[in-house]
Parts: sequence; structure tokens; C-alpha cells
Amino acid sequence: MNKKFLVLENIEKRFPIPGKEDYVAVTDVNLEIQKDEIVAIIGHSGCGKSTLLNMIAGLDMQTSGNIFLKAKEVRGPGPDRAVVFQNHSLLPWLTVYDNINMAVKKVMPELSSKELRERVERFISMVNLDHAKDKYPGEISGGMKQRVGIARALAIKPDVLLMDEPFGALDSLTRANLQEHLMKIQQKVKNTVIIITHDVDEAVLLSDRVIMMTNGPSATIGEILEVNLERPRDRVALQEDPEYIRCREAILEFLYKKFAKEDE
Amino acid sequence: MKNETIKKIVLPFIVLIAVLAIWIQIANNIEDFPTPKDVYISAFGGVNADGDEITGVLADPFYVANEDDKGIFWQIVNSLKRVFAGFVLAALVGIPLGLLIGMSKNASYAFDPFIQIFKPVSPLAWLPLLLYIFQDINMTAISTIFVTSIWPIIINTALGVKNVSEDYMNVAKVLQFSPVEKVFQIILPVAVPYMFTGMRLSLGIAWLVIVAAEMLTGGIGIGFWIWDEYNNLNYPNIIIGIILVGIIGYILDLIMGKIADYFDYRKRGRA
Repeated sequence: MNKKFLVLENIEKRFPIPGKEDYVAVTDVNLEIQKDEIVAIIGHSGCGKSTLLNMIAGLDMQTSGNIFLKAKEVRGPGPDRAVVFQNHSLLPWLTVYDNINMAVKKVMPELSSKELRERVERFISMVNLDHAKDKYPGEISGGMKQRVGIARALAIKPDVLLMDEPFGALDSLTRANLQEHLMKIQQKVKNTVIIITHDVDEAVLLSDRVIMMTNGPSATIGEILEVNLERPRDRVALQEDPEYIRCREAILEFLYKKFAKEDE
Repeated sequence: MKNETIKKIVLPFIVLIAVLAIWIQIANNIEDFPTPKDVYISAFGGVNADGDEITGVLADPFYVANEDDKGIFWQIVNSLKRVFAGFVLAALVGIPLGLLIGMSKNASYAFDPFIQIFKPVSPLAWLPLLLYIFQDINMTAISTIFVTSIWPIIINTALGVKNVSEDYMNVAKVLQFSPVEKVFQIILPVAVPYMFTGMRLSLGIAWLVIVAAEMLTGGIGIGFWIWDEYNNLNYPNIIIGIILVGIIGYILDLIMGKIADYFDYRKRGRA
């Protein structure tokens, strides 16, 4: 069971186009992800990586193929697969505290009010937002919002954390800061994470394996790269690390030589 | 800042002088048209143009001479009662209907043509029909307000529901919210500010409608009072009526705006 934690089998997604042949977004995707593994999925825009994530999340349904989580077939969305959305999707009428509280309360109704409060506060502390817990999303920065999104997703104790370009909308300094946060959290509490990204450094820095997607239509897994770097990882020291440089080059080679994409 | 305050007082004052000047010109050219002074005396009492000592309309607003002769305060109270009755009914029916239309495409297809057709119908067109149905002043006025003020509530409520972003619904899906939880935790918080915008428009319409409705139904109420003063050749009182209707409409809008702001999450926690 530890081996086959999350399994994707022959996944295909088609979108019907009236009067024409179906548009095949992704096809023939086979992937096994182990427990506590961090996997990055990288590819040019339009390669169906978000579609793939949405299918794992259950927000979108594959046309054919199967997804199994802990040997159970995935049918529809559920809190066992928490999603951190690119645009954070916090509810703007709730404070930081209430956003997380709302999720935990729903997923863990058995908690006493004391346990509930402690759990919410623990996850707010985990992303260093104690000072902002009574603020509304409109009052905090984009990076802070995304941290709340991560805390909310982790607080419901998901089997898999799905992140859809979670730092894509942030400036590069804030992004680096959040990557550090994510790595620190991962050191403390192990999670199985799938992170969609188009940032080569982010993919290598964060993940154990990088899944490289070919270009759409009919996108599929092109190559899978193992990142054999010790944790904790230090972004500055890594710049000189031969393994880091090898991984970076392999991804760059894939994205810009083998599957270069012209601007449309 | 202080400069702005002075401007806000002085500039409307200049407009007021201009309006009074035009008004006096009109009064000089139309026989028996009340001058500002006539209106002032009619409002607050004094010796009128005919040399009679009169009590002003606003000087004694609470008098009750008999069932058909009451002070201006009671006229307004009666109008407001009808406005609120019609408005509350419109909200009670309009909000659930708007929620339904916003949430269900089929309901939207089903109701939309009728909303588009009945929305532009003037209250005066409804009035004879409703008067025929109810044969009663109160019921006719209330139902006229209901049928003319319900549309903005329905339309804005539905618009609010349609504005719930896909992202919020995805959050609800991941957390496996029940339909009831979706309504109360996601849809209503987004839709409530729109609902109140609709209700604010609706209350404005209701206040517009009541004056016209009461003129035709008679009895008691500010609209009827204005018409009655016309029939009594008491022209200064018509102008008092107009100003009063305006001020009360403004106050209603202010109150509704404050309530709307209170329920609008976008105006909260943004100091």
C-alpha cells in the first residue's frame, strides 16, 4: 500500500467540439506516486497539467482511465485531496481564522470546540500568520493569502495536497519565501504533494520527482526525472550542486529543445 | 479639507439662489403661481396673500380634525405603511425567486422572458386592474407597489448568485458541502450585497409609485394629499408636498444604503 499510494491508469481527457472531432487534451497518462512523495508536474501552458490535477482532485472527470487513491477509486472531489488554488480562493467575507475554521469544522465534525480552536491556531502558526488571524483576505498580501490557502488545505489532513501553480501569481521574492515555507512545513509534517508549475527552479527545489509533460493536444508524460538531493535543501548552496545543475539542465533540455513551444 | 467643506456648503447655496430666482420669474408670469414666500407661509404659518391668518402645514403636522382631515404627518405615515407593506412583500417573494433563478438555469430560462416584459410596465398601467380586483385603497396601493418594485429585487438577487465565482464553488466541492451549506456559506454571503442593491432600487421605486397610486385611489396619504390640495386650489401646498416627498425619499435611500453597507462584506474590515 505504501508503494501504490496514488495511481493514475491510462488517463485520457477529451473535450467534445460540436461538428468536429474531439479535442484530446491529455492521453495515456500512467503514474504512480508514493506516500510522502513530492512530485512536480511541469510543462508549457496548454499541456493539460491543470486538467490532470483537476482530475485527481475530482473537480474534473477523465474521459477514460482510472485514478486510485489508497486503492480506492477517485470519484468526485473530497477533502482527502485538498487543493491549493492559484488564486488562493479564500472566502473574502471570512477572516483568516474563520476560513480555516470553516474547513476544519466541516471535515472534522468530531472535534470539540477546544480541539477545533487548537487545530486552527496550530496551522495558522505553521505558516507564521498568528498576527493576521483576525484579518480579512482583502487586508493581507498575496503571499500571505497563499499561506492561508496552504494552511487551510493542510489543516483538513488530506492524503494528497494538490497545488495548482500555487505561487504563479506572486513576485519572485515572495515566491521564494513561500517555497521555503512549504519545505519547512514538509520537514515537520510529511505530506504527499503534487505541485503544478512552469518554473524550472521551483520544480527541482521542491520535488523528489519531476514529471515532464509533452505539448498538447494529446499531451502525455514525456520524461520523469528523479531529483536526488538531500533535504533540507538550501536554495543558495544548490546553485553549485552538480545534481541540481544536472536536473535543471535535463528539464531545460526537455522544455526548450525537445518540446519547445512557439508563441501563438 | 476645510476648503472642501466650505465648497460643499456654498456651492449648493448658489444653486438654491438661482432656483429661487427662476421660480420667482415663473411666479411673476403665471397667474396665481405660488411664490417662495407663499410656500413659506403655507408651510410655517403667517398671513397669506389674501390677508388671512393661516396655520402652516408643517407648523401643526399632527392634527386630526376627522377621519378625512388629518395633518401632514399622518398622511406621510399612511403612505410609508403602504410602501413598506408592498416592499416587504416584494422582498419576501423576490429574494427566493431571485435565488432560484440565479441557481437554476432552467428557472432562469422559464422566468426571464416574463421578467423582461413586466419590468418596464408603469405602475399606472397596473393600477386600474388591481383596483378592479381588490376594490380597496390599501390593497390596491400595496399590490401596485409589489408588482412594480419586485423586479429589481429578483434581477439583482439572481445577478448576485451568478456572481459566485467558480473558485468558491470548488472550495465547497472539495469540502463536500451539502446544497444547504453551499447556499448559506457560499452563495448568500456573495449574493446579499446584490440583494440589498436590488432592495434599495426597489424601495426607491415603491416611493415613486405610492404618490401616483394614492392620487388615483384617494383616501389618505401624501399622494392623495397633493392631489387634494390641487383640487382645493391650494397651490403652495403642492410645492410643500413635492419637497417633502423628495426629502423622505432621500432619507429612505440613506437608511437602506446604511443597511446595505452593513451586510456587504466588501465594506467590512477594510479600514
